[in-house]
Amino acid sequence: MREIQVNEISKIIKKLSMEASTIANDQLIKKIKESEKIEKSSVGKAVLKQLLENFKISKTDKTPICQDTGFTVVFMEVGQEVSFVGGSLQDAVNKGVSEGYTEGYLRKSIIKDPITNPKNTGNNTPSILHTDIVPGDKVKITLLPKGGGSENMSRIKMMKPADGVEGIKNFVIETVKNAGGNPCPPTVIGVGIGGTFDYVAYLAKKAIMRDFGDRNKDKQIAKYETEWLEEINKFGIGPAGLGGKITSLDLFIEVYPRHIATYPVAVNIQCNANRKKSIVI
Amino acid sequence: MSIKLTAPLTEDKIKDLKIGDEILLSGTIYTARDSAHQKLVDLLAENKDLPFNVEGSVIFYVGPSPAKPGQVIGAAGPTTSYRMDSFVNTLLKVGMKGMIGKGPRSQEVIDGMKKYCGVYFGATGGAAALLSKSIVKAEVIAFDELGPEAVRKLKVKDMPLIVINDCKGNDLYIEGQNKWKEK
Repeated sequence: MREIQVNEISKIIKKLSMEASTIANDQLIKKIKESEKIEKSSVGKAVLKQLLENFKISKTDKTPICQDTGFTVVFMEVGQEVSFVGGSLQDAVNKGVSEGYTEGYLRKSIIKDPITNPKNTGNNTPSILHTDIVPGDKVKITLLPKGGGSENMSRIKMMKPADGVEGIKNFVIETVKNAGGNPCPPTVIGVGIGGTFDYVAYLAKKAIMRDFGDRNKDKQIAKYETEWLEEINKFGIGPAGLGGKITSLDLFIEVYPRHIATYPVAVNIQCNANRKKSIVI
Repeated sequence: MSIKLTAPLTEDKIKDLKIGDEILLSGTIYTARDSAHQKLVDLLAENKDLPFNVEGSVIFYVGPSPAKPGQVIGAAGPTTSYRMDSFVNTLLKVGMKGMIGKGPRSQEVIDGMKKYCGVYFGATGGAAALLSKSIVKAEVIAFDELGPEAVRKLKVKDMPLIVINDCKGNDLYIEGQNKWKEK
């Protein structure tokens, strides 16, 4: 067994929290630059230029790209030959989030009691931790600060098997259309299909972690990714919803087998900041 | 060519603005979002004074990130506006003239802006570090306990905005998107 001290995990989470919110990933900068060239609407172009300028300022000043530094979602692919020692893994992740958000001057957006008490927990914890057990002795950690505006526009539906892939497609497209300018387009669309009610939403969130152009290994699904994205970009929503060609930057589909009676679909929308940061230890 | 405006606003200053007009806003504005709006409307219902002069006011829907030492404010971009829709007409009625946010408004709000002559300005969602550069002074003036949602008085200089809804009931989201929709 490979032993990993949980305080190492805290340190990593702290660093990832601070970096993910202030340094736009190179891939995103490249994608927005390309989009600015393709965009035909002058207002749309101006919005994309503002986003590029914003990335520069946030990196230089270490000011968050967006004031909503999100609910901190952490995905961990844990090698089954790894043993975490020195305390609770969940606590270690929260400690890292707390320190990162406090020392990084990131916004704390988590309310303790979701129903009655609008009291802020003060350190952006708890986070949401997803773990996958995989072969090997490595751990891959991805931290994804998820903003509320785009999360609010995300949807889930239990379709009928008879609705078929056309039904799924229409639901995905309608969800993005109805979201309009709310989720800070140009967005990234994560789609989950299959599994159960809970699992399909997880798949959709997992989908938005993928890198631009990283198509699903299944050729037919990869084709849907490209086709549905094209359809979405015909609506004219455009950057910031002010009208234009670039509504979404990419669309990713994750699938899982389904029950004979069900056909779950989830759409998770990610905003133009597309914050995520990974590390393998 | 951008239009320079100074807040607080008056009907004269805004009645000729058109959707799509690019604005550079200076002057004094206030921040409020979900919880603060509830509190403001509650104060009005109890016939109590608001923590700022609502006459001609501009409200920016924002919950900024904390300022680092030496900074006026942290990142300060707009939050999604529709969540404040149900409070808007109450505030327009008592003199609020402008709102800054992102995303479309309800028909009720658009009608309210027409009735009371108010304007809704869009700021680019996501461009929060850039927008913070136009904020030269910030102080919490009410509901400190709400943290990022507290009401702040901001002094702004040339904040880059665009007119989304004007006093005449027009909507840039609808017009802009229709223009670029592939038939």
